[in-house]
Amino acid sequence: MKPAPFGYERPRDLQAALAVLGEAKSEAKTAAKIIAGGQSLGPMLNLRLVEPQLIVDITGLAELKQAERRGDELVLGACITHADIEDGRIPDVTRGAMQSVAGNIAYRAVRNRGTVGGSLSHADPAADWLSALSALGARLTLRNLSGARTVAMEDFIVGALESALRDGEIVETIHVPAMPASAHWGYAKSCRKTGEFAHAIGAILIDPSAATARVVIGAIDSAPIVITNAAELFGGRIAGDYKDRFDARAADVLLANAGVSNAAHRHIHVSVLKRAVREAGA
Amino acid sequence: MRNEREFPSAGGAGAGQGVGARLPRKEDDRLMRGRGQFVADIRLAGLQDVAFVRSPLAHALIRGIHVPERFRGSVFTAADLIGVNPIRAVSGLPGFKISEQPVLATGKVRQVGELVAMCVAPTRAEAEDIAAAVTLDLEELPAVYDMRKAREPGSALVHEHWGDNIFLETSFEVDISGALDAPIKVSREISTARQCMSPLEGRSVVATFDHRLDQLTLYSSAQMPHITRSGLAECLGMEQGRIRIVSPDVGGGFGHKGILLPEEVCLSWLTMHRGHPVRWTEDRREHLTASSNCREHHYKITVYADRDGRLRGIDCEATVDSGAYSSYPFSACLEAAQVASILPGPYLMPAYRCRTFSVATNKCPILPYRGVARTGVCFALELMLDLVAAEAGLEPGEVRLRNLVRPEQMPFDNITNKHFDSGDYPEAMRRALASIDVEGVRARQRKGEADGRRIGVGVSIYCEQAAHGTSVYSGWGIPMVPGHEQASARLTPDGGLELRVGVHSHGQGMETTLAQVAHEMLGVDVARVRLIHGDTAMTPYSTGTWGSRSMVMAGGAVAAACRELGERARRIGAKLLQHDLAAVVLQYGEVRGVNGSVTLKEIAHTWYRRPQDLPADVDPGGLEVTAGYKPRRDTGTFSYAAHAAVVAVDPDLGEVEILDYVIVEDGGVLVNPMVVDGQIYGGLAQGIGTALYEEMPFDAAGQPLATTLADYLLPGPTEVPAPRLDHMETPSPYTQFGVKGIGEGGAIAPPAAIANAVNDALRPLGVELMQSPITPYRVVEAVLAARDAERPAA
Repeated sequence: MKPAPFGYERPRDLQAALAVLGEAKSEAKTAAKIIAGGQSLGPMLNLRLVEPQLIVDITGLAELKQAERRGDELVLGACITHADIEDGRIPDVTRGAMQSVAGNIAYRAVRNRGTVGGSLSHADPAADWLSALSALGARLTLRNLSGARTVAMEDFIVGALESALRDGEIVETIHVPAMPASAHWGYAKSCRKTGEFAHAIGAILIDPSAATARVVIGAIDSAPIVITNAAELFGGRIAGDYKDRFDARAADVLLANAGVSNAAHRHIHVSVLKRAVREAGA
Repeated sequence: MRNEREFPSAGGAGAGQGVGARLPRKEDDRLMRGRGQFVADIRLAGLQDVAFVRSPLAHALIRGIHVPERFRGSVFTAADLIGVNPIRAVSGLPGFKISEQPVLATGKVRQVGELVAMCVAPTRAEAEDIAAAVTLDLEELPAVYDMRKAREPGSALVHEHWGDNIFLETSFEVDISGALDAPIKVSREISTARQCMSPLEGRSVVATFDHRLDQLTLYSSAQMPHITRSGLAECLGMEQGRIRIVSPDVGGGFGHKGILLPEEVCLSWLTMHRGHPVRWTEDRREHLTASSNCREHHYKITVYADRDGRLRGIDCEATVDSGAYSSYPFSACLEAAQVASILPGPYLMPAYRCRTFSVATNKCPILPYRGVARTGVCFALELMLDLVAAEAGLEPGEVRLRNLVRPEQMPFDNITNKHFDSGDYPEAMRRALASIDVEGVRARQRKGEADGRRIGVGVSIYCEQAAHGTSVYSGWGIPMVPGHEQASARLTPDGGLELRVGVHSHGQGMETTLAQVAHEMLGVDVARVRLIHGDTAMTPYSTGTWGSRSMVMAGGAVAAACRELGERARRIGAKLLQHDLAAVVLQYGEVRGVNGSVTLKEIAHTWYRRPQDLPADVDPGGLEVTAGYKPRRDTGTFSYAAHAAVVAVDPDLGEVEILDYVIVEDGGVLVNPMVVDGQIYGGLAQGIGTALYEEMPFDAAGQPLATTLADYLLPGPTEVPAPRLDHMETPSPYTQFGVKGIGEGGAIAPPAAIANAVNDALRPLGVELMQSPITPYRVVEAVLAARDAERPAA
């Protein structure tokens, strides 16, 4: 389990990184790969699942390690680690929601090195940030040599291990809206053991006073199911009694429509979502 | 109990160091500081690394192996290995069919991961680059991936010339007809998943040739170095004296390191061919997909009982997936054939029938893993006894108590003629039932859980035959039969003690426990006892560490050698004290007479450094002794334990949490109870893995599907509860000190206890799980199926 030979660059600033990425060849298996924490890419290299000609190490880019509150949102650099969030080293705009998610990602050793931007770019449907940030309504700024664009989380993840990133493009920042005081947050997952990838994730950001709800069903074989207007899961109406009105059958239909054909798998996903709803709180 | 033992109380002075002391392990000082030396830590000048080209297919004809021109000379195939013999592990049991495992594939490949070519380079990464550049032209054949389908006529054949896929079929019967009219008759199919043994350290090999000694030295992470030497010599056609096997620190064995590897043969040939040392280190993917597997059993079983829960008989057909090849030395049939003799366990029954099938498939060879067949057997029988209890309307614990062998029957020959040496099985079960508080769990079940989960309690009990010797293994007719175990003991000129044993310690703590035995016999401080093991050039021959035999066998041999050494020291001491031999005793590390005493250190100094002080008629044998040992009866010691678990099951998520776990264990006299506790903890972790996590699935093409530890789940610290341990201590009447082997038991009973607890929790829902591991998916699937079954047809 040793990687195939590859080239290695560690640029000093974002512009230099984008320049290197812009020049690299882009055939699927040998395309240049960005490495940040390396918690997924490392094993994939060792297993020779990917054999890039060039690895671009972005851990030297100070621009991507910034985190600050700007108005009503948190702007996170892509190289912020899970541990940075777990340990409270970044401003909290989600009333602890992100900190709690971060603290339950894999193991501490993974959290020390793994980054938010890396997790999103890798686009593993079982990764916590895909579901959690989709539910929180986050947006991403993507940049390449010719400029930047912004996409919503639900548009960024296209499928399992597939993102909307184009050639030469990098996740620069993650924008997380501040959670309103009236919103309730619930997040649940089922893992076969501590630290393993989840086989079901449910996330809900619901604001009964505003009658809005975002619901995410994650860790399926494709992109997470993101319901931005989730009234259909609560009998058509979002109100203070949402916990009693949760409609498991409607969630089951969503999963079936998303191609989850196995009834036991659907049952587990619905049960996890039900738990997220039950445990949601202000 | 101590005063019943048959040894002089020579310890004394170093109180708290002998048999029964909870001494911290001596070896932990280096291991805990990261100073252990494993095979992969060995650096030899000129060392090169090996990577193998392995078969990507389970079953295929080899049409061609293409080596790029630039790598010729660095790649070797079967055609290069002239004079190297295939690995043959033949059993003498009638009807056994022989497989020949070429060390590099010839003609066809029979499992994913089978070695096809060997690539050598200065580093492992470069060797893997070469391996990736070699291409194979394979013609795929239908894979034999399901052991039950493999038994059917018309199945594809792993070894064509056999005509079927059966390594061996055995049967055993005692009058099953007498059971057939029993009022309770329960039939089920039960299965256990295929597993990988997953020691922390994988297999690792460094091979080098010493021209001065005209000797091949193979450093290998092996449990049984002397057996490795015999097998290697047969494959290479070399005299055994020209081969030395060194097993340095080894990071867990569990059976995985008990076999002769084709890699060991390949690297031995390669170092002699190339003239420089070579190394291969198993990586985790190789371990999971290519090396060896264990545990895959299937039972079709019927249990007959009277209304009061008393067993009338058991009828069983057991099938074990043995994989493609018979591995050396245990053979492909040990596991299945053992099922027939051990299924009845510690239970009384008048009738019994069992047929077993060892089946060849296109998978890795199966090896005996900690507990060997007992884990599967315990799972099958204990799950069935819970069903008998349900039919009889009794508590599961009560059914056990009514059927277990009773202490007054000891020693006891059971229905398959297993000879139980001693023990009080009902007492272990009673203590476990009391400790787990079955009544309390029942009360809690009636109340229900606030979080919607369901609570269940489960028990299991087993017996572990250990250190079984010549009379048992000669019947198997496999390449290895243990005889007398030997140990050497030498007093050094400064009064220290060196012990040499042919068994290997790789987690068992023998550097400590065998020193405790020596201390018990001679009174030498444990800190001054050095254990030399893991080197065929420096130790007496031994079949090695397997079958929980080392404490009984090597412990007995060390005691025997120390007893003789003590006697020789006493004779010298008597001369130095100018006493009659009868007037001196060896006590507290000294030879004592009425007028004074002389220490072992002084005796050693005199013998080696001042022989002029010795009288002319001194015993010339000196202070170095090799002695042999066998228990008075070699049919094995029987240790046992009752396990009890309380679990909480979430029927919607399928998650199982172990809330409480109790083990009441009887391993006879314990040399170091703390080491025994450690053995039980480790075994329990592996048993929990079998119960809830570990599974190597295969697809219909024979591809192993759990190829990394992200898919092959091992329990971690948060999945293993702190069990509550209770020791009973019934000495074996046959062994030195009354010790029994206990190395495997911790891994035997947990799957049964946990599955019974899960089934107890879910029984009100009509759910019954008869397969390990109990995964969330399997739980939910069963819960939904039970709901569908309840729903009236539309």
